[in-house]
Amino acid sequence: MFDPAFLLAGVLNGLLAGGIYVLVAVGLTLIYGVLHIINFAHGSLLMLAMYAVFYLWRLIGIDPYAALPVVIAGAFGFGYVLYRLLIGRYNHGRDENILLITLGLSIVIDNVALLFFGGDTQTIDVPYAGSFVEIGAAFLPLPKIISFGASLVICAALGLYMAKSDMGKAIRAVARERQGARLVGIDVENVFAVSYGIGIACLGAAACLLMPTYYVTPSSGHAFVLVAFTIVVLGGMGSFAGAAVGGFLIGITESLGGLFLGEQLGQIGISLIFILILLLKPTGLFVSKA
Amino acid sequence: MSRVALLCALGLAAALAYPLLVPNYLVTIGMLVFFTAFIGQSWNIAGGFAGQTSFGHVVFFGTGAYTSTILQVTYGWNPWLAWPVAMAAGGVVGWMIAVLSFRAGLRGSYFALITLAFAEVFRILANSVPFTKGGLGMLIKADPQPLNFQFKDPIWIYYLALLLCIVSLLIAWQLTRSRFGARLVAIRENEDAARALGIDVFAEKVKVLTLSGAMCAAGGTFYAQKYLYIDPGIAFGVDKSVEMLLVSMVGGAGTIFGPLIGSFTLMGINEVTRWLASVVPALKNVQPLSLVVYGIMLILIVARLPDGLMSLFRGKPRHA
Repeated sequence: MFDPAFLLAGVLNGLLAGGIYVLVAVGLTLIYGVLHIINFAHGSLLMLAMYAVFYLWRLIGIDPYAALPVVIAGAFGFGYVLYRLLIGRYNHGRDENILLITLGLSIVIDNVALLFFGGDTQTIDVPYAGSFVEIGAAFLPLPKIISFGASLVICAALGLYMAKSDMGKAIRAVARERQGARLVGIDVENVFAVSYGIGIACLGAAACLLMPTYYVTPSSGHAFVLVAFTIVVLGGMGSFAGAAVGGFLIGITESLGGLFLGEQLGQIGISLIFILILLLKPTGLFVSKA
Repeated sequence: MSRVALLCALGLAAALAYPLLVPNYLVTIGMLVFFTAFIGQSWNIAGGFAGQTSFGHVVFFGTGAYTSTILQVTYGWNPWLAWPVAMAAGGVVGWMIAVLSFRAGLRGSYFALITLAFAEVFRILANSVPFTKGGLGMLIKADPQPLNFQFKDPIWIYYLALLLCIVSLLIAWQLTRSRFGARLVAIRENEDAARALGIDVFAEKVKVLTLSGAMCAAGGTFYAQKYLYIDPGIAFGVDKSVEMLLVSMVGGAGTIFGPLIGSFTLMGINEVTRWLASVVPALKNVQPLSLVVYGIMLILIVARLPDGLMSLFRGKPRHA
């Protein structure tokens, strides 16, 4: 019934969306892997970063892609301070407690955004928004392709940083064995704050890459939070490679779900995958290697 | 104990006399306080007493609301007859989610997240399948007669909410003095230790979620009958889940009166922000402001006062 070319277009679109999901999920999985906390405010913080990108464009006229360094740095700083002031103080004890605290945080962020930014949907008009690239029968928006490429570059850079830099090594050491890391003289609290900051910086990058083709409202966070959790449990909590593969799989699932089941019912795929993974293989499809 | 009994008697007398003394809109606010306390208590029984934190309790609420509304609108049932069926449906959904999740060994945050995903699945289904009328929602024909579970005078719906709230308090009270309740607390405090003591952890958790689901579904039907309209966003949206969790956490999770105190507190905040919005023009958008306060309260309570506002009255921590 469906033309294979049509199917290919769906898969390609899903892959492109998945590229940005990877960035969102890598931030979440990093925070989980190092701190062992589930950051329920992840979607809301992404929404906040998207507003930052929007207002940089609206007020100063900065192109979303040009805003990357500023927003990444700002998001890192925000995450670092947030960890020092709030998250870090309560990330010990029962694991539901930090989940509830980040839930409280997301309620506050969502509603502060609603108070200050209003409930309207905001978009950015970039001059290149209407440009398309033709691949086979698929017309792919140019900004989505740029964002996809940029997302992969940023993920690779982060991977390199984690592998080579001293801080990256310290983060991996803390993720694997925090007691031992402390014994060899690593400032574990600082590593926690930096990791949380990097996780949020990934959101800053994702926000810049999303805004040319996506919109933002104060409830945008909701749309992403379950997607991000699904990717992370699919790939295995704390696993980078898992988050990457999971991101692409979810992007394609969403795109094909929309194609075959329609805009409304298509969304169900993500929630069902989330439930099935948790019920059947809670360690994820790929075993974590820290 | 007698002091508590005296306070309860005084509180009940005040609650009974209240709607006779105040204007209608205050009667409705009182009704909302007891109604929210009731659905909050349904969360509290699973999330507070048994420690099974849920982020998607609205799945039971919506199941109840849709079951009774569909039976009534599509099949012409009397809503009073549809009510117990709605509760049974909520219980079945609770049982199903519990069996699936606890069989898979999900605990803590993972259980919270999977309940959220279940609620999402139900919301999307309600949005898509024909018998719920999709995103349009369902209207119940207005015909205010007690026989139709619709009341002209807000006082009757107030008394019904009060009755529900009292029943839920009695259920919670029963939990504090029954072996079932003691087993739930043991599971909350240390699941592995509870199992080592010979408690059938799985069976107890399934039982409590079934009970909680049935109660919450009763609240769903009540809501549908009060507002005569439901849609997928109301019935399965994350807002109601958060509301149930909030009133319990704020008042004191795992305490009898926690949800009621939380409900009073949140309604108080709501009214204060409403008043502020009418005084300060910059704050004319009320809803978000009260939610900001709720969010901050949730953070403060979890961080500083894990037993909720109740612990201020009692003066000694639950966890010795």
